[in-house]
Amino acid sequence: MWEPQERKVRVLVGKPGLDGHDRGAKVVARAYRDAGMEVIYTGLHQTPEQIVEAALQEDVDVVALSILSGAHNTLVPKVVDLLRRRGMDDVLVLVGGIIPEEDVPGLTAAGVAGCFGPGTRTDDIITFTRTKVRRL
Amino acid sequence: MNDESAKCRPEPSPTRGPGNCGPSKDAPANCAPSERAQAAGRAVAPSFDPAAIQLADRPTSGKERRERFVTVSDRPIKALYTPADVADLDYARDLGTPGEFPFTRGIHESMYRGRLWTMRQFSGFGSAEDTNARYKYLLANGQTGLSVAFHMPTIMGYDSDHPRSDGEVGKLGVAIDSLADMEVLFDGIPLDKVSTSMTTNAPASILLCMYIAVAEKQGVRPDQVSGTIQNDILKEYIAQKSYIFPPRPSMRLITDIFAYAAKHVPRWNTISISGYHIREAGSTAVQELAFTLADGMEYIRAGIAAGLDVDEFAPRLSFFFNAHNDLFEEVAKYRAARRIWARVMRDQFGAKDPRSWMLRFHTQTAGCSLTSQQPENNIARTTVQALAAILGGTQSLHTNSMDEALALPSQKAATIALRTQQILAEESGVANTIDPLAGSYFVEALTDEMERGARDYFDQIEALGGVIPAIEKGFFQREIADAAYRYQRQVQSGEQTIVGVNKFISGEPLTIPILKIEPEVQRRQIERTRRVRATRDQAEWAASLAVLKRAGEGTDNVMPHLLRAVKAYATLGEICDVMREVFGVYREPAIY
Repeated sequence: MWEPQERKVRVLVGKPGLDGHDRGAKVVARAYRDAGMEVIYTGLHQTPEQIVEAALQEDVDVVALSILSGAHNTLVPKVVDLLRRRGMDDVLVLVGGIIPEEDVPGLTAAGVAGCFGPGTRTDDIITFTRTKVRRL
Repeated sequence: MNDESAKCRPEPSPTRGPGNCGPSKDAPANCAPSERAQAAGRAVAPSFDPAAIQLADRPTSGKERRERFVTVSDRPIKALYTPADVADLDYARDLGTPGEFPFTRGIHESMYRGRLWTMRQFSGFGSAEDTNARYKYLLANGQTGLSVAFHMPTIMGYDSDHPRSDGEVGKLGVAIDSLADMEVLFDGIPLDKVSTSMTTNAPASILLCMYIAVAEKQGVRPDQVSGTIQNDILKEYIAQKSYIFPPRPSMRLITDIFAYAAKHVPRWNTISISGYHIREAGSTAVQELAFTLADGMEYIRAGIAAGLDVDEFAPRLSFFFNAHNDLFEEVAKYRAARRIWARVMRDQFGAKDPRSWMLRFHTQTAGCSLTSQQPENNIARTTVQALAAILGGTQSLHTNSMDEALALPSQKAATIALRTQQILAEESGVANTIDPLAGSYFVEALTDEMERGARDYFDQIEALGGVIPAIEKGFFQREIADAAYRYQRQVQSGEQTIVGVNKFISGEPLTIPILKIEPEVQRRQIERTRRVRATRDQAEWAASLAVLKRAGEGTDNVMPHLLRAVKAYATLGEICDVMREVFGVYREPAIY
């Protein structure tokens, strides 16, 4: 008997901006993969446009951004805005990296579901993702 | 009490001090054979008890704190190290006198008794004016060298008004778009008196030209300036990922600097071959050591292939290492680095000048070890890491500020970091003798192990066809990503303790003030750059870029042409655009 297979959660891990510090992004990408999710890692030095284009092409449920350059207040709202304009309203947006506490409310207001700073356990990110991601 | 130990009990020999066999009535469990022999009135060469060696290979009792003890890099550590661990160590061959081959004990005869290391705090933020003020403050507070942190657009070859620079201006360092910015950055700082390190790689040649041009404006000749340009592009592909051009033209730019500086800027260190970023990207200590030295050898080969004599440029090479949490592993890493480099340079590359054999290095404490939780704890971490660098014989040192897992350093945090070095230098006594850990069974065994581990990697890299093919195959990137992931899992399982993160956690809210870069910086910077473009001599500007392009397409040394373009106030972004056109750009495969 045919049964619909549950589609795996698809996560795009992206590094917007110019900094090359990709250790966190790679660790998180691998943790997602080990947790059984489909991971698309866009690599470094991506513009918000490139990230959103990839998110659309890959039909992802989650966009996890990693930024250590201090440019999060500029780049993250751009990504969220572009996602919405391309009709991806239900995509879960997460941010990791060096994000000062005082910038978190602004990012949340812009549509970011979770900010994960240094010292976060990858298990916590996975659990958060599982709980929040809107399934089909 | 067995008979063995009972033999030890009679009259202590006059040569026996406390802590050996012990004069107490309770005989210790282990007595060295020499003690027994002495007790029996026989003279023997100093020796040791095989029982102690066995002890080294098994737990000391059934009740140790952990199942396995490892370094930060996951290297197993034995309970006890004994002479058996250094049985192959030949003092003259493997350690030698400080200042002499193989320099394991240090590159200078007197080390810190002669002169302390250079205290070179890495700094740069906001505009050239902001950073200039911070430099003057640090110099007034006893810092002895400058170290420039450029913002990401400069490092990636974009001007501040490029769309890709939006939001990044002045954030991770100082914004430098043209010679006009550089003039402000060093305003009132005499470039013949201070040495400057500049952390930049892909556009290193342009920034070095800007420095030379600023010096000339101050009336300082190129042969009077001293400092270092990082200029290590190979580790960018491997770890730090701030590349612009593909590896091969990048190597040409580097050898052009070697050749030019050897002739015109002789006091300049033309490259700082950097393990720091390799470690920050998650490598182990051995990977940091091995990949850095492998890169170093690649630059030597490139210099030789470009027709230079090895002794002409090798003495101007310097290195840059990380200092992580594991004190002894780090000390061993530095000592092994010097020994390997000396051997490679003399025996493999046939360098004749002893200065070519010497590995001189700068150290920065590990940024990746800092925590945003309980950030004050970072002061203690940094102190231990700085101690490792000093015990390892570094030539210059940057101590991180406690707030660096949150933002760029505030002035107060930067001052505490500098004071940490000064306390170690002036109060702790660690700088009073040379290589104080030499002869430690543990440190020497670990130093040997580091050398062996590095050589294993050299063989693997060789088998892949060398450093550039290994980069292209993603070898380094994969090795580092694996190590980073392994470490993350160890932290999450509690196998590696991080105080305040996975142990001794407190829920206290963060209270330290952090540095903020106002958006105003970006606006003002864009204004200045546009003003520069509008007011320069347009004919000379256009001509200089046209000549530069031709030089890039040909085989001419590009340095004189870059200097001309810089002096014509061509911006860094414009110059990089010309070079992008000629050399192409690099894209890496996304490996995780």
